[in-house]
Amino acid sequence: MVVRDLANIQGFSQQCISDEPFEISDAYTGDLLSDVMGNAPSDSVLITIQAHKNTVAVASLAQIRALVICNNRSIPPDMLQAAKEEEIAIFTTEDTQFEASCKIASALGRFDAGQN
Amino acid sequence: MQEIPINTYTSPNVILELIYRLKVKDVMTTDLVTATKETKLRQIQYIMREKQVTGLPIVVGKRLIGIVSMDDIIQALDKGYIEETAQEHMTRNLIVLEDDMPISFAISYFDRFSYHRFPVLNRHKELVGMITSRDITSTLLVEINREIEELEKRTCTSSLSQEMSGEIHTYSIMKNDFENAGYASTEIKKRLKSAQIAPHIIRRAAIASYELEMNLVVHSDGGELIAEYSPQTLQITAKDSGPGIPDIEAAMTAGWSTASEWIRSLGFGAGMGLPNVKSVADDFTIESGRNGTTVVCTIELHPNHEEE
Repeated sequence: MVVRDLANIQGFSQQCISDEPFEISDAYTGDLLSDVMGNAPSDSVLITIQAHKNTVAVASLAQIRALVICNNRSIPPDMLQAAKEEEIAIFTTEDTQFEASCKIASALGRFDAGQN
Repeated sequence: MQEIPINTYTSPNVILELIYRLKVKDVMTTDLVTATKETKLRQIQYIMREKQVTGLPIVVGKRLIGIVSMDDIIQALDKGYIEETAQEHMTRNLIVLEDDMPISFAISYFDRFSYHRFPVLNRHKELVGMITSRDITSTLLVEINREIEELEKRTCTSSLSQEMSGEIHTYSIMKNDFENAGYASTEIKKRLKSAQIAPHIIRRAAIASYELEMNLVVHSDGGELIAEYSPQTLQITAKDSGPGIPDIEAAMTAGWSTASEWIRSLGFGAGMGLPNVKSVADDFTIESGRNGTTVVCTIELHPNHEEE
């Protein structure tokens, strides 16, 4: 799927998005940015509660294409600005990271996650 | 016998690999239009027109028993038996391909026999697809395009990284400056990207530089991040003026951290920084004393070239 498809997931609200139809093939859930940096796959979506500018920097460096910020946390303006510059999409949701991860696993068709 | 129209000994490897790597199943159409043996030829004529195909496999379940071609339909119209069923007039003497055969095989079949399409069977002898020369042409075109793109990129990369060679960039990093944290790593990443270094190498360089940059922000009294480019390597040096790491072995252990609660609430201080740097670097050294810490890590920019 592409980044834009995340907007169709129930309860996800799009805050910004790039015009580029970046492919999303995997996902990673985590709040520790250096864990994310070291382990998140490229072309992925990051599910996190870290709503600040540094998350965008990590995403950009690790080639994460989209962020899903959970627990209804709000996006500071400098984070939004950075995301637009780095062409990283941001979605917010009231879901917990677990709930958001389940929805994304389903959207990616990754029912096999954790089985290999 | 001339099997395929290129020399299989002297042709470029990339082309030879392609025609042996690609299998019939990668090329064939799996969206099949079939008819049963009871189907009337008239009906088959309509299906052919509607689906724009020139031959229809006749099946019993998944078993192929014949083909009705456009030529069979013309014969039927000419001789007046268009209202009769497929089984009475279909071609039963069939030449088939197997889905695991390389496409070089399929190409030679089109040369050897005058048919425009071949049914494809799997190893259980079930009909799984049809292949036309058009299927082969378009898949080959896409694959050749991809291979050439890769080749061009590789040639061009070497010259671009020559150009980058000798550049040294120094970035000053301030203590607790989270506002600008990530700037140096982003600049390094952009430089590598414009030199068209492979994405997985850029990612490794980005991880190393970001972790080192964040270490300077979080733990040091301030310092410098230095990026030095050579044709084959990027060397990143993180240098600070204190306070030093009391226990380097502990600092290199995943999960060990001295970060404060505040730093942790920002998502840093997971104790993964230096271990992350070490795992992505091709070479890694660390020295620390009361007057400061110096980490030097090297990343090979073209590791595949060496293997070749």
